[in-house]
Amino acid sequence: MTRALINVPKQARAGEIIEIKAMIAHVMETGYRRDAGGSAIERNIINRFTCFYDGAEIFAAELFPAISANPFIAFSTIATKSGAIAFAWTDDKGNTETTTAEIKVV
Amino acid sequence: MGWRLPLLAAAALLLSGGFLQADEKKSGFDFMAPETQAMQEDDLSNPGMLSIAEGEALWQARDNPHRAACAQCHGEARQSMRGAAMRYPQIDKRSGQLIDLQGRINLCRQEKQSAPPFAFESPALLALTAYVAHQSRGQVIAPSQDAKLDRHRQNGQALFERRLGQLGLSCAACHDAFPGQRLGGSIIPQAHPTAYPLYRLEWQALGSLQRRLRNCMIGMRAEPFPYGAQELIELEAYLMSRAKGLKIETPGVRP
Repeated sequence: MTRALINVPKQARAGEIIEIKAMIAHVMETGYRRDAGGSAIERNIINRFTCFYDGAEIFAAELFPAISANPFIAFSTIATKSGAIAFAWTDDKGNTETTTAEIKVV
Repeated sequence: MGWRLPLLAAAALLLSGGFLQADEKKSGFDFMAPETQAMQEDDLSNPGMLSIAEGEALWQARDNPHRAACAQCHGEARQSMRGAAMRYPQIDKRSGQLIDLQGRINLCRQEKQSAPPFAFESPALLALTAYVAHQSRGQVIAPSQDAKLDRHRQNGQALFERRLGQLGLSCAACHDAFPGQRLGGSIIPQAHPTAYPLYRLEWQALGSLQRRLRNCMIGMRAEPFPYGAQELIELEAYLMSRAKGLKIETPGVRP
């Protein structure tokens, strides 16, 4: 069960610059470590993060093994209209976690 | 006679340690960089909050129809678990054993839910312990007056002051004698367990006070006590009484 914490302002003025913060629970296993028995632990990281605002992709990031567990990503955008801001994280196993937040633009 | 002065100063420091007044006591939080403090303060950037959400789900979870969920007996954790973190470690009335909060959760699982105990440092045990302790956040630590705890606290204090390991260090040799100074690159805090289970950036995960204590013992090049050992819980009991007057911060963030 994966959990994410999203920080999107509930309300903003049209044209205002807003900051968006997203953190997800993930081990971000680098693939460089070995277990107690000496065998390699398979790499499992989130390799891509995307954010959609009202259906359009506004931010995307590729992630690499040096990024810590529970990656935290903050970025800014311009509030244009009310709608859903959707987030998607995809990991090496092909799992995609999604969550959305609503913003009201006045 | 030049050597005497620093020696006397060191002796004075050693004597003054352990008897800090309430206003001299500082949480590990106060020794952190402003960036790390900000991370802990904001619930949407504190990675420990991911485990709190997980713990809340576990509190409500009824994965087995024959098993009651925590919430079915205890109700809303917000009310029933407020202040619980400060009552531990305590004596379990049935067995007479000294137990800490995670020990209580595992006992409850075995006795009331007929479920296997969670493994030490498993994400589930840490999440549930953090969720329960989180309900006391902001409350001032007021250790129990139970006289039966005195013996355990004394044992804990003796262990705190006992020199162990190849380096001949005790907990007190750093945390009572030189708090605020540096060991290597790290600031030595006063060793108050106000924020456990906490998210340590070095661990990239939540960890218990026992994990922290074992880490310190490994650093002292001593053989660490195993998880769940009576010695570790007695040390926890002493540290909680020593932290009297400070506020619970769970889930804390530490470097």
